[in-house]
Amino acid sequence: MSEKKNWKNDLILVGVLLAVSVLAFVIINMFVKKPGDKVIVKVDGKVVHELSLSQDTEVIVEGYQGGYNEIIIEYGYAKVNSADCPDELCVHSGTIDKSGETIVCLPHRVVVEVISGNNEIDAEVR
Amino acid sequence: MSKKTKAIAICGVMTAVAMIFSYIESLFPIPIPVYGVKLGIANIAIITVLFVVGKKEAFIVNIIRIALTAMLFGNLNSFLFSIAGGFLSLVVMIGLQYTKRFSTVGISVAGGVFHNIGQTIAAVFIMETGAIIYYLPVLLISGIVTGIVIGIVSGLVVKRVKSSFFNMEN
Repeated sequence: MSEKKNWKNDLILVGVLLAVSVLAFVIINMFVKKPGDKVIVKVDGKVVHELSLSQDTEVIVEGYQGGYNEIIIEYGYAKVNSADCPDELCVHSGTIDKSGETIVCLPHRVVVEVISGNNEIDAEVR
Repeated sequence: MSKKTKAIAICGVMTAVAMIFSYIESLFPIPIPVYGVKLGIANIAIITVLFVVGKKEAFIVNIIRIALTAMLFGNLNSFLFSIAGGFLSLVVMIGLQYTKRFSTVGISVAGGVFHNIGQTIAAVFIMETGAIIYYLPVLLISGIVTGIVIGIVSGLVVKRVKSSFFNMEN
C-alpha cells in the first residue's frame, strides 16, 4: 500500500466535501435567507409565541423540562438575553433577523425562529 | 498472547480512552455559539480500533462508548444526539475503510462530517424545526477542519499501536 496514493484520495475527498459545504453555505446565505418580519418561539416542537420583529418586546418561556429562556426583541432583532441552561449557547448565539435563522437551546428544546410573515406558504413548508 | 487476546485488550483500552476523551470534551466546550462544533477527540480511539483491530470491533466499541458516556455523564437528550451522529459517522467510516483507499485523515474527515450530518438530522426531528438545516454548512466545514486534525493525530497513534501490536513477544 503506497502512502502517496492514500494522500491523493484523502485530498480529493476533503476537496469535494469542502466544495459542497462552501457551495451550500453561499446558496443558503445569498438565496434562501430573506428579511424576516416575525419570530416564532417553539418549545418541544409546539409554537408558544408568535411575535413581530418590528415591535420591541420581551417574553420568558419555560423549557420542556423546566428552566427558562428570556427572549428579547429590539431594534428589529431577536435574541436570547438570558437562560439557565448549562451551556448558555443560546445566549451567545447573538441576534437573528432573517427568515430561516434560528437560535436553538437544545437542553430546553427551545427554538427561536425568524419567518417572513407575508409569505405564508414559505412558513408552512418549514 | 494470542492475537485475539491482544485485540480484546486493545478494544478494552480504547473504549476506556474514548470514554475519558468524551468526558474531557464535555468539560471544556469550545466557545463557538453553534451546536455540534467540537473536536471529537474520542474519534482517535475509534479510528485506532478501526485500523488496528477491525471494522466490527470499531462499531461495537463506539456504541458501547456512547451508551456508557450517556449513562455516566449525560441524559436521554445527549444520548439521542450522540447515537445519531456516532452511528452515521461509523457507517460511513467503515464503508470508506472497505475501499482501502483512504488514510486516517480521509476516514476521520468523513467521520466528522457525517457525525455532524447525523446530529443535525436528529436535531430536526427532536426540535421539530427544519430551519436547523441552515447551520449544516458551518457544521460541515468545522467537521472537515477538526477531522483533519483528528485524522493526523490518529495516524500517529495507529502507527504506534500497530507496531506494538504486531511486535509484542508471544
